[in-house]
Amino acid sequence: MSSVESKSNPKGSGVRRFAESAGIRRKFRQEAMVKWLLAGATGMMLVPLILIIAYLVFKALPILSVGFLLDNPVKGMREGGVWAPFVGTMYLIVISLAIAAPIGVLAAVYLNEYAREGWFTRIINLAVINLAGVPSIVHALFGLGAFVLFAGLGRSVLAASLTLAIMTLPVIIASTKEALASVPMSFRQACWNVGATRWQTIRHIVLPNSISGILTGIILQVSRAAGETAPIMFTGAVFFKKVQQGDMFPYGLLDQCMALSMHLFTISTQVPGVPMELPYGTAVVLLATVLLVNICSIVLRVYLRSRKKW
Amino acid sequence: MSNPDTYCIKTTGLNLWYGDFQALKDINLKIRQGIITSLIGPSGCGKTTLLRCFNRINERYGNVKTTGSTLILDEDIYTPEVSLIELRKSVGMVFQRPNPLPISVYENVLFGLKIHGATESQEKSTRDEIVEKALREVFLWNELKDKLHRRATDLQLDQQQKLCIARLLPLKPEVILMDEPCSALDSEATRGIEELMLGLIPKYTIVIVTHNMAQARRVSHECIFMLMGELIEHSPTDQLFLTPRDERTADYIEGRYG
Repeated sequence: MSSVESKSNPKGSGVRRFAESAGIRRKFRQEAMVKWLLAGATGMMLVPLILIIAYLVFKALPILSVGFLLDNPVKGMREGGVWAPFVGTMYLIVISLAIAAPIGVLAAVYLNEYAREGWFTRIINLAVINLAGVPSIVHALFGLGAFVLFAGLGRSVLAASLTLAIMTLPVIIASTKEALASVPMSFRQACWNVGATRWQTIRHIVLPNSISGILTGIILQVSRAAGETAPIMFTGAVFFKKVQQGDMFPYGLLDQCMALSMHLFTISTQVPGVPMELPYGTAVVLLATVLLVNICSIVLRVYLRSRKKW
Repeated sequence: MSNPDTYCIKTTGLNLWYGDFQALKDINLKIRQGIITSLIGPSGCGKTTLLRCFNRINERYGNVKTTGSTLILDEDIYTPEVSLIELRKSVGMVFQRPNPLPISVYENVLFGLKIHGATESQEKSTRDEIVEKALREVFLWNELKDKLHRRATDLQLDQQQKLCIARLLPLKPEVILMDEPCSALDSEATRGIEELMLGLIPKYTIVIVTHNMAQARRVSHECIFMLMGELIEHSPTDQLFLTPRDERTADYIEGRYG
């Protein structure tokens, strides 16, 4: 009996078997440190974001009003609002997305669902990834050469939108492919197995199950299209253009336009004597525009998700 | 409907290569209509590949070359006139992992008909009847009649697998191919699927690939033993297990390899 007892509890009956040892306490300390480190990193990401927004809004507060949005810049852009550049940015976002999103999604569907694995598709995939990494100023030069000069569009809304579309296309293709690839293979098998064609499989099962991922990828490109200055600078955006106050459609496709990002660049670096709150106000409008578009697409995403079939 | 003397699937000189690797070697077989035939053999012997030849689903998996002929109900399925869509309607397949679609139970059952444009002209009552009939055939109706609009992917695993079988039935298939349909299920659920299989004959011809020899003995009327891409023996199940003709069959069923 005693030998059994000593075997099961070699330290004797007074010692607690499940008590914390020094080694375990050290592991707990480690665990707590790692947790705080990770939480700290998350916090570090949030702090600048909140600071930037708070700082911008604080600086812009004296000027922010509905009038600021609806008025045009006046007196050599030293007073007034941002209507003309705001509408210009909306133009560029909508037209560039109308070009890039359908082409990007359809190309990604082809690459992921139809194209057979081989050297050709591998080269295309490599090209897509590399194009996504090309700096925007290079896209700008390409746009200038291809659309403004060669295609004869001149510096125009259309040329600038096409340049933005070319810039966002590879990223849309890459993110859409990712979203399509996340739909389990077994869903496709199930479809083929009842005699569905590839297109029926895509239409009824693959797209409804990947739409939220596809939209996320597209949304991110909206922010890029709205925020980039370089690609539109050479291809269609101008320092100043006079438009009717409150005119919803002031620009034709072949007109030049103002844009928020360009306007921000102009009034903060090119025009002397601009009151400080003007660029900050412009920045807030730019941020709010991106946020608005994002919220719209999130609502759309939630709606499509809840239906799951269409 | 069935006649034990008619053959549902016939192959002559069937060879299949994945790239340079020959997975099937000169397979000649005749599978009777209206019974359950099981394909057994060690891993990699080609039984799943053979099964996949019967509805040409192999071709979706890349570099595959097939020679020889495969006849389903006396019609060669490897001629250019064969429509894969029609073929897969009448030769349905059930996979190892249940693969219900992420839509409701009701829509899963009707999915095949919908794909073929048959549901548009139907009354709702007709569709309801089709769903009920299919679910009754797989013994799911009583369990699921109040849950028809739940997402199929939220069901229990064995219910999912039965639903996958039910999904084939509205298309009125001739043959149902099953690729280890119970390998993801526990023994209780396995028995449920086996009962259901026995209920589906002789209306449908069933070919099942299984690793589980006890299952082959329980459910199948005839049994095919394969080894390294070759068909070694095709006999009535009892005969194959009790008095195998080939030494290699005897070795396998006694557990000497595989």
